[in-house]
Amino acid sequence: MTFSTPLAASVQGDGLAGSAEAAPLIELNDISHSFGTRPDFAARLAISLKLGKPAARVQAVDGVSLVVRRGEVLGLVGESGCGKSTLGRIVAGIVSPTSGSVSWRGKDLKTLSSSARREAKLRVQMIFQNPYASLNPRRKAADIVGEAPRVHGLVEGGLGVFVDEQFRRAGLDPALKHRFPHQFSGGQRQRIGIARALAVQPEFLVCDEAVAALDVSIQAQILNLFMDLRERLNLTYLFISHDLGVVEHISDRVAIMYLGRIVEEAPAEEIFARANHPYTQALLAEVPRLETTKRSFAAIKGELPSPLSPPNGCHFHPRCPHTMPRCRIEVPRMKLVAAGHKSACHLNDAAS
Amino acid sequence: MNAAVLEVRDLRTHFGAAKAVDGVSFSVARGEVLGLVGESGSGKSVTGFSIIGLVDPPGTIVGGQIVFDGRDITHSSREEMRALRGRRMAMIFQDPMMTLNPVLRIDTQMIEAVQAHENVSRADARARARDALGMVGIPSPDERLRAYPHQFSGGMRQRVVIAIALLHRPDFIIADEPTTALDVTIQAQILAEMQELVAQNNTSLIWITHDLAVVSRLADRIAVMYAGRIVESGSVSDVLGSPWHPYTAGLIGSVPSRNRRGERLHQIPGMTPNVARLPTGCAFAPRCARADAMCAQAVPLFTAGMREHRCVHPLPEFRK
Repeated sequence: MTFSTPLAASVQGDGLAGSAEAAPLIELNDISHSFGTRPDFAARLAISLKLGKPAARVQAVDGVSLVVRRGEVLGLVGESGCGKSTLGRIVAGIVSPTSGSVSWRGKDLKTLSSSARREAKLRVQMIFQNPYASLNPRRKAADIVGEAPRVHGLVEGGLGVFVDEQFRRAGLDPALKHRFPHQFSGGQRQRIGIARALAVQPEFLVCDEAVAALDVSIQAQILNLFMDLRERLNLTYLFISHDLGVVEHISDRVAIMYLGRIVEEAPAEEIFARANHPYTQALLAEVPRLETTKRSFAAIKGELPSPLSPPNGCHFHPRCPHTMPRCRIEVPRMKLVAAGHKSACHLNDAAS
Repeated sequence: MNAAVLEVRDLRTHFGAAKAVDGVSFSVARGEVLGLVGESGSGKSVTGFSIIGLVDPPGTIVGGQIVFDGRDITHSSREEMRALRGRRMAMIFQDPMMTLNPVLRIDTQMIEAVQAHENVSRADARARARDALGMVGIPSPDERLRAYPHQFSGGMRQRVVIAIALLHRPDFIIADEPTTALDVTIQAQILAEMQELVAQNNTSLIWITHDLAVVSRLADRIAVMYAGRIVESGSVSDVLGSPWHPYTAGLIGSVPSRNRRGERLHQIPGMTPNVARLPTGCAFAPRCARADAMCAQAVPLFTAGMREHRCVHPLPEFRK
């Protein structure tokens, strides 16, 4: 390939074999993020004189700790509004968390020098859900893919050759590179998004609902591409999706998120075989699967509560079939329930 | 099952050169749920719009017949269709925000829908609207009637739309991907309610979707569309259990849960064809591993009992 940077060299240098496999690539430590406006002077004055109420803030992510090890695919599952996209953006370095720390290869991003931080951020790239919205409609595909590596000085030799190489890797015909995004199909457009992300030689990809907008047959093609690329480039993924079927297929480990908190985390086989948290169990029960006999749907009641005023205690208690008085007061902590399997539910205390 | 409520015969809806729907035939019996499955551009939505008489120009029905309750409605006038629509047949769309008027309260919209077809007092119409909201599982319907569409969550909004569709207890409902934009738990709730309501009222339902898994649990029969044609139809257990058409088999194979975890998914190569430049023969042939010279000729419809398919080389391992 036609690129070479000190960091890329060092990646190959410290060997992708054996012992380094389990090292955490990204570590989130008690990450919280809330959205809302900061009160200005007049509002602060009004609040202090008890004439106004503080502006409502949405706690999108609430005290999340998560480790993604090198070479693994971590699936992050949750319903809309649960904060999974915000968490993905924090991992990708697009959003900086309100509190908590993000470590890259064991080093807190905040302690890194600005150039080292920029390098670290470049190693993490993001692929978005909507390939229509995430590509500039007025730029040619070649410019979209070639811009970041050119700006970051990753291209040695001709940019044209480099872009062709990126196109081929994402399964696109380089002959199409002078077209505009609207001249591609949905699947091809998602491939441009993938080519753009991979053009800066990342080690870590955050895929935010990357196949949700695609047709079934195209979705299969893109998922296969993700799996091929993982093998060829030794990529690590944070794969965010609401589709448990997709997550089950591609992930090594799965984390389930509900209203800003991770409620369960386990190896993929384990979680699909022995889900511990009532919310995970409900989710798994409701995933429509291909069946050849007609069956009625059994739904859990209620809706996702507003993140503006989440319920006290365990966020899931208003919808949970096993609610106890304790669930309304106390937030359950993540506890080990089996090897590598963590769950945040008070039922686990009652059982032991 | 008794007589067909709806019969579509050789329907052709073209948009200029683009043959969006090109020779589609099927029927739906009373109380039956038909799953119309296909990928984007397969013509499944245009089929739905054609039936209910809402094809926008330049699209026109250039051939075929739509027979509803024994009456040919293919070329009914706008007034005749208006009298049918909402009262005898209804359609539910994917995006409830497109169906609901954002600046009118829910009660205004629902009362209007009742009074459009029946000469009832405002109070009666309102009572009817409230009952409909209660039926689809909206809590405290009296208060919710006074709300605006934006004050509902996505799932609740879709429930409102379903309630409007059910106002006149139509004989026949077309649902165009109504749960695709919703969360898994909300989707399950709405599917459960639809299933119950349809069974209670003996309503016929066409459920248009790209999601085989949803259809597999909801529908009695399934019709798979590809490039404007139905390539295979039959009972859900037959078609999904042992598909005859290679496209159906490919679709089923692409579903992640049908594959071994972590292994490459079975994928259909290539893309859906441009419906403006369809070949005379099988439109799926360029993507099909079983295709040969015979596939370049027009493919007749093969019938076996309740099953139909359009493939000259159906999958032999399933062919009994």
